[in-house]
Amino acid sequence: MEEKQVDLGNLMAFNPFHNYPSLPTSREELVKECIQEGTKLVQAIADSLFNLPPIEDADGPLVKLPPPTTRLPREKHLPRPKPPTKWELFSKARGIKNRKKDKVLWDEQTGTWKRSYGYDRVNDDKDVPIIEAKMTDAEPGEDPFAKRREDKKTRVEKQKNNRIQNLKQAAKVGALPSHVQLAATALPITGTQSAPKKLTKGELGNVAGIAATATASGGKFDKKLPGEKAPKKEGKHRKYLPVVEGSGIGSLEKEQTEKVLNKLISKNSREILNVDKAVNMYNVKKERKQWNSTGKSTSTSNKLKPKHKPMKGRNKPQKKGRKDSSKKRKTE
Amino acid sequence: MMKVKTTTNRRIQRELDKRAPKLVETGKKTLILQGTKSSRTLNGLFTEIYHLKKGTAVRYTRKNDNIRPFESGGETSLEFFSLKTDCSLFVYGSHSKKRPDNLVIGRTYDHHIYDLVEVGIENYKPMDLFKYDKKLAPQVGSKPFIVFVGEGFENVEELKHLKEVLLDLLRGEVVERLSLVGLDRAYVCTATSSNRVFLTHCALRLKKSGTVVPRMELVEVGPSMDLVVRRHRLPNDGLKKESMKTSIDKPKKKEKNVSKDAVQGKIGKIYIPDQKVGEIPLPNKAKGVKRERREAKNMKKNANGPASKKQKEDSK
Repeated sequence: MEEKQVDLGNLMAFNPFHNYPSLPTSREELVKECIQEGTKLVQAIADSLFNLPPIEDADGPLVKLPPPTTRLPREKHLPRPKPPTKWELFSKARGIKNRKKDKVLWDEQTGTWKRSYGYDRVNDDKDVPIIEAKMTDAEPGEDPFAKRREDKKTRVEKQKNNRIQNLKQAAKVGALPSHVQLAATALPITGTQSAPKKLTKGELGNVAGIAATATASGGKFDKKLPGEKAPKKEGKHRKYLPVVEGSGIGSLEKEQTEKVLNKLISKNSREILNVDKAVNMYNVKKERKQWNSTGKSTSTSNKLKPKHKPMKGRNKPQKKGRKDSSKKRKTE
Repeated sequence: MMKVKTTTNRRIQRELDKRAPKLVETGKKTLILQGTKSSRTLNGLFTEIYHLKKGTAVRYTRKNDNIRPFESGGETSLEFFSLKTDCSLFVYGSHSKKRPDNLVIGRTYDHHIYDLVEVGIENYKPMDLFKYDKKLAPQVGSKPFIVFVGEGFENVEELKHLKEVLLDLLRGEVVERLSLVGLDRAYVCTATSSNRVFLTHCALRLKKSGTVVPRMELVEVGPSMDLVVRRHRLPNDGLKKESMKTSIDKPKKKEKNVSKDAVQGKIGKIYIPDQKVGEIPLPNKAKGVKRERREAKNMKKNANGPASKKQKEDSK
């Protein structure tokens, strides 16, 4: 009557018909009963497992498990087939078959065996010491060695482009090899050769903030992406006093002006006045008047000074000097 | 303009190949992590799950404040972690007043959340409270028996879902060949009511029974706990169909040198090593050696190389 489902591939057993008429009251009893029931099912798995034909091994008997019957989802998608490259298509259309090349070949130029590719290979351009000039040469002044080098460069470049094309096709289907990444070096419009600078996190944030607030509502009613944060507000924000004074707010403007006035009218308002500074200013003014009346002084140092009236902020060190001189005069 | 970025290192390439999608998958890795608040029970449970799944689990111990698997927008960083660690199973724990000792077990497909089950942990009993013969202690990475008892696993939708997730979490590596000596553990899951599952981990004791099949005895080694199902989210149908796809044809090992013919039947090719006709020794030009050193070596060989060879022949 009791039927057990056994999935040998996962070593799993399931008894869907067992249920407790009344749950045991204490925890120990429950555990005991569960383990008892579990033992039965484990025994059921073992019955079918140990009856499989064993394969003797050094470490003990092995058993070949059947595939799991419980279907569980995959971890990743099935690997996608790689699309054929352009050459593969072409060679198939023409019926060209790959043949294996020898790794080492006889080189007649040097009379030795050499590798068919790579450094120091057969028929290497570098091994050609002399190229005879022919009458059929297009340009008499052309360097044949340089031309060979140039040709090789273009061939390599062409192959590189072909490879990228094929990889792009593969990337479209999602069949790029796991160790290959295709990265855009520059936008095709600009055509710059150098790779664009990687934006920092802060810069990206700034750009995103500008873009998000570039709507009529300042981004207020835009749909937010999942995980998007509100853009940071930067810069000063001036606060204006209310134009109309409500009952609750009080007269802020009045308070502000009163504050300043109180400072000026208060008893110890003299302390606000910097006496030293005031005396200095007075002395300087006086001296200037004297100079203007008597003409410029005769000292050589004064001749070097600019004739026009120096700017206010610039002449701090000069002030000091004058102050000293004024003091001297006073003492005289 | 496009640029091809490839690995410069064979080791990294191997590592990337391991992460690439495969025709037949052998097992999933588990990521264990927690939210802003965790409890002692959960912390203990995390360590024990990590120990039970050692080798195929990754444990994150920092707080994660922006992971909320059930809410939209709360899964982004979880999916990123799944991509980073190449884990497609995750166990996320959090503790709050509303949901104390909360555990979310979920799976991902292509590093996007596939399904979720939320359970509360109750009556948790950690491993070190169990007294048993230490010789019975299960080995790390052994394949467990998994047993489900109770009609709830078939009738109640949540429990049915939980069963599948638990099976995925606990089953370990999918193997073709199993050593019968290495069987030493079992998980017992019992549905005690319509939303409560009792889960315990047991060691196996194989006893002689007189037949081929030994008599099984379960010894509880812990941890054991009650799982109370709270929320759950099933995968949508399209995704489920997509994820259940399996390859019909298993990847066959390429059979070399054997072909079939209508007339002759099975034909095998046999290769005989090259006949050494010319006996021309290839120049010993290892690529790694610098040119001057290589040339010096050749010079030396030409000077006294043949003489030593002749001597050898004489001695034979």
